[in-house]
Amino acid sequence: MNGVHDMGGMQDMGPVHIEKNEPVFHAPWEGRVFAMYNVVDGDWASGSGRHQRELIPPAEYLSMLYYERTMRSLEVLLVKSGMVTATELESGVAAGGNTKGRHRMTAEEVPAEFAHGWPSGSPEPAVARFRVGQPVRARDLNPIGHTRLPRYARGRPGIIARDHGVHVFNDSLVQGLGPKPQHLYSVRFMARDLWGAQANALDSVHLDLWDDHLEAI
Amino acid sequence: MTTTRRDLLTTALTAVGVSAASEVTQAVPHEHDHDHDGDHQAAPSDPALRAKALESVLIGRGLVDRAALDALVDTYEHKIGPRNGARVVARAWVDERYKRRLLSNGTAAIRELGFGGAEGEQMVVVENTPHVHNLVVCTLCSCYPWPVLGLPPVWYKSNAYRARSVIDPRGVLKELGLELPGDVEVRVWDSTAEIRYLVLPERPKGSEHLDEAGLAALVTRDAMVGVARVDLKPEGARA
Repeated sequence: MNGVHDMGGMQDMGPVHIEKNEPVFHAPWEGRVFAMYNVVDGDWASGSGRHQRELIPPAEYLSMLYYERTMRSLEVLLVKSGMVTATELESGVAAGGNTKGRHRMTAEEVPAEFAHGWPSGSPEPAVARFRVGQPVRARDLNPIGHTRLPRYARGRPGIIARDHGVHVFNDSLVQGLGPKPQHLYSVRFMARDLWGAQANALDSVHLDLWDDHLEAI
Repeated sequence: MTTTRRDLLTTALTAVGVSAASEVTQAVPHEHDHDHDGDHQAAPSDPALRAKALESVLIGRGLVDRAALDALVDTYEHKIGPRNGARVVARAWVDERYKRRLLSNGTAAIRELGFGGAEGEQMVVVENTPHVHNLVVCTLCSCYPWPVLGLPPVWYKSNAYRARSVIDPRGVLKELGLELPGDVEVRVWDSTAEIRYLVLPERPKGSEHLDEAGLAALVTRDAMVGVARVDLKPEGARA
């Protein structure tokens, strides 16, 4: 989706300011939201939370704090999946009863769960369509759903710099079309091929893109 | 900001076909007196109360365990942070064979020191040299290597950094106090998939007398994202 979240290359967002001695969370609620979002066993495809954040209307997206976006996406997914009702969220009162089939992670399980993580590498074999060193072009795709192909790279030429192996394809997964495992590559785009003559001729931007994002040239 | 909590919830829930019948909470002034990077003029609602309502419902419905939330917050506030990455960097500086393993298979080499897992399931480490400077960003979202750096700071997730670091990395670096000569190649890594990137900064000149622990103490979070160099004297202000 061509949304405001896809902001690589915009120039009007102001300076970057690094806060000194920044706390991990700026208020306790941020930590609670972070934890709820990561602990709940959601009845939705992996990556859906991120897409829900992308669906926040642009004016709101830009004015929201990071963890407000997280909270919004979690609320919407919970209601959409039927795990929680809108009335419960409005009242702050659970309507009662456990939600069937969802695993409640215990504190004891937290260290092992997060030490393992959720690898996106796929055991399914897939034939690589491209080889390291090969020139490619990022396809000019404009899907309505989730995509990991940023606008600034579409249609631009690059070189396959590294093959990361076979990975679940998030675009397909989040659009509800299954994991569609395929090779993922680091693709090197020269800065001048992305931004023109104003860029330094030496500079480059590497993006991680899947087979379906690329075409041979 | 005139948007109320009710508007937001209504918008969000209408989008999924539900009507928001009543308001959860009274509108209260937001409490963001801290620095939020200039990204935000005002918080549009009362997130602390919303978060409390959400937590009550999830616990009441048996969907989350309060102790698990406490454990996760504690993990990322106190246990997993940039000190992990600093240990990886210092080891690479003192052990050439480790460095080679780190650059060829980042995930396995980082796992040797006991770090890995969520948001670092597959790691790639990129090396700064006198001729190449690497910079990591996530233009679409906030992808960041949690096992070695902890959770991302606000500036990394800011609209400004996500927008400009790919089109004007040298300008961003200069603003942050790092001016690179034109003949140093800048490589930006936009984390668009599930691969997570860590920059191996250059070992500072004059650090030959330091042992591994002394070196690790010099390494900053910002240097491992690529927006700073490692100085001989650690900057106490930078995490």
